[in-house]
Amino acid sequence: MKTIYVDNNATTRVAPEVVEEMSPYFSELYGNPSSMHFFGGQVHTKVEEARERVASLIGARPQEIIFTSCGTESDNTAIMSALESNPEKRHVVTTRVEHPAVKNLVAPLKREGYRVTELPVDRDGLLSMDEVSRVITEDTAIVSVMWANNETGILFPVEEIANVAKGRGAIFHTDAVQAVGKIPINLAESQIDMLSLSGHKLHAPKGIGVIYVRRGTRFSPYIVGGHQEEGRRGGTENVPYIIGLGKACELAANHLEDMNVRVKGLRDKLENGLLEKIPNSIVNGDRDQRLPSTSSISFEYVEGESILLKLSDKGICASSGSACTSGSLEPSHVLRAMGVPFTAAHGSIRFSLSSYNTEEEVDFILKVMPPIIEELRAISPFWDGSVARSCTAS
Amino acid sequence: MWVYTDRVKELFENPKNVGEVEDADGVGEVGSLSCGDALKLTFKLDEKGRISEAKFQTFGCASAIASSSALTEMIIGKTLEETETITNQDIVEYLGGLPDKKMHCSVMGQEALRAAVANYRGEKLPKEDSDIVCECFGVTEKEIEDAILDNSLTTLEQVTDYTKAGGGCGSCHERIEGMLQQILGQAEAEVEPEKPAKARLTNIQKMKLIEETLEREIQPTLAKDGGSIELVDIIGDRVLVSLRGACATCVASDITLKHYVESKLRELVTDNLVVEEVAQ
Repeated sequence: MKTIYVDNNATTRVAPEVVEEMSPYFSELYGNPSSMHFFGGQVHTKVEEARERVASLIGARPQEIIFTSCGTESDNTAIMSALESNPEKRHVVTTRVEHPAVKNLVAPLKREGYRVTELPVDRDGLLSMDEVSRVITEDTAIVSVMWANNETGILFPVEEIANVAKGRGAIFHTDAVQAVGKIPINLAESQIDMLSLSGHKLHAPKGIGVIYVRRGTRFSPYIVGGHQEEGRRGGTENVPYIIGLGKACELAANHLEDMNVRVKGLRDKLENGLLEKIPNSIVNGDRDQRLPSTSSISFEYVEGESILLKLSDKGICASSGSACTSGSLEPSHVLRAMGVPFTAAHGSIRFSLSSYNTEEEVDFILKVMPPIIEELRAISPFWDGSVARSCTAS
Repeated sequence: MWVYTDRVKELFENPKNVGEVEDADGVGEVGSLSCGDALKLTFKLDEKGRISEAKFQTFGCASAIASSSALTEMIIGKTLEETETITNQDIVEYLGGLPDKKMHCSVMGQEALRAAVANYRGEKLPKEDSDIVCECFGVTEKEIEDAILDNSLTTLEQVTDYTKAGGGCGSCHERIEGMLQQILGQAEAEVEPEKPAKARLTNIQKMKLIEETLEREIQPTLAKDGGSIELVDIIGDRVLVSLRGACATCVASDITLKHYVESKLRELVTDNLVVEEVAQ
């Protein structure tokens, strides 16, 4: 059975070019970049080349790039650094649809005397700039808003929000884990202070991330140790992964056009095809302000896990915002924040594409998906032929 | 990814008795769209009062669909009195185990059965008069109490796994903890006198009883799925076993060991036994 991988917001295939680039640094080139001898020195040079490649993808300076272990570490570092550098400020602004790496870090701050504002989103998953402007005050230490939402792909106007934050003296951080490599980013022309990215979302391996810290931003390290990363992140560098991430960023820059033209076309074909072939299917979130690769569709009156398992039997890998797939009992916090009705939230499926996807794959999904939904609806007590039965649910 | 037994996968892929019985004698509807799963059970009785036909419609995940299918197969041919003893644990056993977080799917089956029987008899379910404890999922005090007693639950997390109560906003956690304390307190007081009788085994008696239980009770059940179990050693209360046949390669063998073999041995031999798998 052929694997059709359309779950690229979860993780991505490590590009063969990336594996090749990393390979010598697992074996013969094992030196420590901090060493004085030539053997470590050549590794140091390669690490710095990777730093330049990452910086170049997002319009940053190499010195503004700090390597970390993952996106979560980057998010944690950014927020804790902002709070420690501004101890007199007691207000944090974020959104209701952040990744748990931000959401679960910020929520307990309330107990430590911080005021936490979680900005709401509307039915289309969008933030209101008026609201953003209203809540950020002189007391705000940090504003952290994701660039792109992992579930819906919705893009937030982070550059605009950064300007507002800057005007009130707050640090602005964005979790850009889902955005980097998919849309053009130029930090040189923005007021964003800190940005998180993660290697495994752009065809580098799992276990490597980056926190960008704008030059001049007060910074307090999260992991304290040696002088690595100019004392901003302790711990011997994860050399092969850093080099892999550098290569992946170079590839991403080259694929940016493919992503925004061909992959976007595939996503649109898949989405429009499913909407057309399957009644009572709805796209979650605004269809314009969105990543080119992501589509979240709800198929009403069926449950997401069942859909995923049936897709999985056909070799198709996707994900769902349903309760059952997460092990929690409630559907995704993102869909709930958007007010997606329960009839749809439990039956949401996320397709997230990459440059490796092909038109044949999209055609195959379009072929197998309608009978799967039909089959599950035939079992569902809420579905009666072609229309939903009135249900007892509130 | 959830680890489902082959039986769950099979019943999810090819569910039996899907649909609605025409002119049903009993109809049981539980769950709702908002809860993420719902089950409608319908059955018809023959002239002897046995269930001749049972069908289900389910909105939910794989384990909800498999539990529903299992339920219909278990009740066909039984009288309503006979179905009264069927609990969610029987559904779990029929399926060869369910992940902890999916236990509520088996409870939903049991509830649909009770609701359908009550509907046939024109009775009200006891839970209908009971207070709602968990507002998020509409779970009543009676339902929580039954789940605790039927499944010997001891923690809040288990109550959530089995009934969903407490899985939403969390404002009912304190009340559920209180119920647990009260019920467990009572259970201890009731069970206390029985304990010595079970525990007074000599080592030889214990070993013999373990052997007998494995042979008579456990082996035949595993054999139904093409598996078998071999006793390797008994060290104190540790029962070392080796799984054979289909069990040896079954991804759900952990669940079989803990949920079935260990609980059966504890029930029939002594409470402190721990079953461990050893490679042989």
